[in-house]
Amino acid sequence: MSSDNFDEMFDADGGTRSAYAGFRDWYDEQDNKWLRRKDAEADDSFRRTGITFNVYGEDEAEERLIPFDMVPRVITAQEWRKLTKGIEQRVSAINAFLYDLYHRQEIIRAGRVPARLFQNNAAWLQQMVGFTPPGGIYTHIVGIDLVRTGPNDFFVLEDNARTPSGVSYMLENRETMMSMFPELFAQVGVESVSNYPRRLARSLAACAPPATEGKPKVAVLTPGIFNSAYFEHAFLADQMGAELVEASDLRVVGGRVQMRTTRGFEPVDVLYRRVDDEYLDPLTFNPNSMLGVPGIMDVYRAGGITIANAPGTGVADDKAIYSFMPEIVEFYTGEKPLLPNVETWRCADDDSLAYVLDNLAELVVKEVHGSGGYGMLIGPTSSKREIAKFRKKLTANPQNYIAQPTLSLSTCPIFTKQGLAPRHVDLRPFVLVSPNGVDITPGGLTRVALQKGSLVVNSSQGGGTKDTWVLKD
Amino acid sequence: MLGRTANGLFWMFRYLERAENTARLLDAGIRMALTRDLATAEDEWRSVIAAAGQKRTYEASHDGYSGAEAWNFVLRGKDNPANVREMFGAVRQNARMARNAISGEVWEAVNESWMRLEKMLARPIGQGSVSEVVRTIRLAGTLVHGALAGSMLRNEGYHFARAGTFLERGDSTARILDIKYYLLLPSLNYVGSSLDSGQWDTVLRSVGGDRAYSWLNAGQMDARGIVEFLVLDDRFPRSLAFCHGALRDHLFALARLHGSDAECNKLIREADIKLTDLTIEQIFDQGLHEFLVQVERTNAELGQAIAEDYRFLS
Repeated sequence: MSSDNFDEMFDADGGTRSAYAGFRDWYDEQDNKWLRRKDAEADDSFRRTGITFNVYGEDEAEERLIPFDMVPRVITAQEWRKLTKGIEQRVSAINAFLYDLYHRQEIIRAGRVPARLFQNNAAWLQQMVGFTPPGGIYTHIVGIDLVRTGPNDFFVLEDNARTPSGVSYMLENRETMMSMFPELFAQVGVESVSNYPRRLARSLAACAPPATEGKPKVAVLTPGIFNSAYFEHAFLADQMGAELVEASDLRVVGGRVQMRTTRGFEPVDVLYRRVDDEYLDPLTFNPNSMLGVPGIMDVYRAGGITIANAPGTGVADDKAIYSFMPEIVEFYTGEKPLLPNVETWRCADDDSLAYVLDNLAELVVKEVHGSGGYGMLIGPTSSKREIAKFRKKLTANPQNYIAQPTLSLSTCPIFTKQGLAPRHVDLRPFVLVSPNGVDITPGGLTRVALQKGSLVVNSSQGGGTKDTWVLKD
Repeated sequence: MLGRTANGLFWMFRYLERAENTARLLDAGIRMALTRDLATAEDEWRSVIAAAGQKRTYEASHDGYSGAEAWNFVLRGKDNPANVREMFGAVRQNARMARNAISGEVWEAVNESWMRLEKMLARPIGQGSVSEVVRTIRLAGTLVHGALAGSMLRNEGYHFARAGTFLERGDSTARILDIKYYLLLPSLNYVGSSLDSGQWDTVLRSVGGDRAYSWLNAGQMDARGIVEFLVLDDRFPRSLAFCHGALRDHLFALARLHGSDAECNKLIREADIKLTDLTIEQIFDQGLHEFLVQVERTNAELGQAIAEDYRFLS
């Protein structure tokens, strides 16, 4: 919104930054009318292939497209190297933190984070205490949300350590770009993302449990075809050559979790679950629930199956924990964080709360457990009434909120009828963790706020996506 | 493969076949109604609705039979839970469920056809567009079967898809014949005499066999020839013999893949024995209706056995 925010394609004098030089050369040669036609074609292609997400309205589930913008988001090789180092460090720390929380809790004994962080956390799982998941990995798949404010200024906005989604868009956006503009990829060297499913399959297989016999059998667990991310679940299973199972396909037989196949029950070694913890095992989590696989947690604790991500990882990715991430990174890696946090006030602290209440109009206030851009206040774009209303909610339950300054998010152009126009973007790279190390696919999901000036990039609130390019050296 | 996925594939193709067969019924009805007076046309639409197995639901909400009422009911009637729009929705739903067991080409063929039909069936269908709708439904089947043939691994998923197709198709041909069997009764005494050729033309057209039949029989319309064609002629891909043979082949392919015979293989072998060397005279002796009822019963048993053998539901 402010004209002084950093634009990733154009510098202050309107010149093209080097990262975008190749794209710019190509773009200048294209006919605007032809591009507009291509734009419409992209929509058709997404509909045809069924890359949709489900939205629940009054009547029935409706399938929608996430708008796709055809101007790529470009990151140079050098920028990417820096980012990956920071992400690796952060993800390793999150994993070590989870191990510690569920074992000796050194970080709490050392007084670096308060015990209330997990004690009052709904995502904390007592059943995980003292148990080490196969390979010692808690967060097999992580999405780190990054924002940028300047040439060298990237910040972590959020860690998605439970079940990050959106990777299918990273892959399909690239597919779409390559089929629409093959010549563009001949002109510009872009790192490939297409082997992500293979990397995922390999990474999951590397975490197979002790009970595995032969080649590990991987399955993707989906809540079913009415889930908003069902397309992605099916897509990943298909691309990995894994089974796509629902809880009703699974049953504990002979100490293993087995799936009902046409040949009878067959054991699953690694379960990439896209359901929340509480829908995993009714015996453990919710005795009144019909959902889940009764007994799966017992099998898990006995080494009969790997669940990815591990149950109880959610305790590491809420926004109250987030505010402690610099301490957490330092505690486990002995290094300063390479990727900074956005400055964060914990409203649970009296001093911070006082500051936040005094400066509501300038701040972004978020619910600690919220996601999807819901239940938050964006001070600068809110009316006095909205702020007053939020103030009441905040004072009634301060520990439920954190506050951050309104960042001057970078922009990247989108294609409009009038030509290129800047819009705010964020970036979610996808990170795989296995005993073999941290594996980051060069690319990610760029989300873009399609409305002029808007900072909300969530697809549930009118955000779109872009193909994300990491340039080759 | 998961039992649930096998079930999805099997039913995806049963619904696809059902939608296509229903479109063929309408096609024949439209053709008939064009060449007849109004009173006979009403009979014809009654018989189309009956052949589609929707007589009861239709009559619950309609006072009489007319073309526009009948085809709108069959294609998109809100008071008809088995309308073509719903059927095709079920095709797509099952395809989505079995998404990682079908090729991308099969999925796209289903999804694109569904989008096209949803658009066409969103509004009432008039005289001017019904033929185009019927043609689109038929082409959807062609497209999906083509994608299946050209892009799918010949694994168990393929055989479940094909088994669903032929079980449904054979069942449909049997039901269409059964609805019209009474037309044959007077002719039994006059074997070889010329029938109401319009009526029989409709039966043949309902299974897309009018051209094939006249090609084989030099245009001679008699009950015996037509029944023989639709029941016993294994050159015609919608005849009972052909569908039975194809179903048998796919069930045995499944048994081979699984390394053992299942209950459904036993059942189809028994049915095989009954059909082998069967002549048209024997069918008429036994009674065409009785024979067809037996076929329909066997089909139902086979469907049940396949679901149990391959753990579709539990």
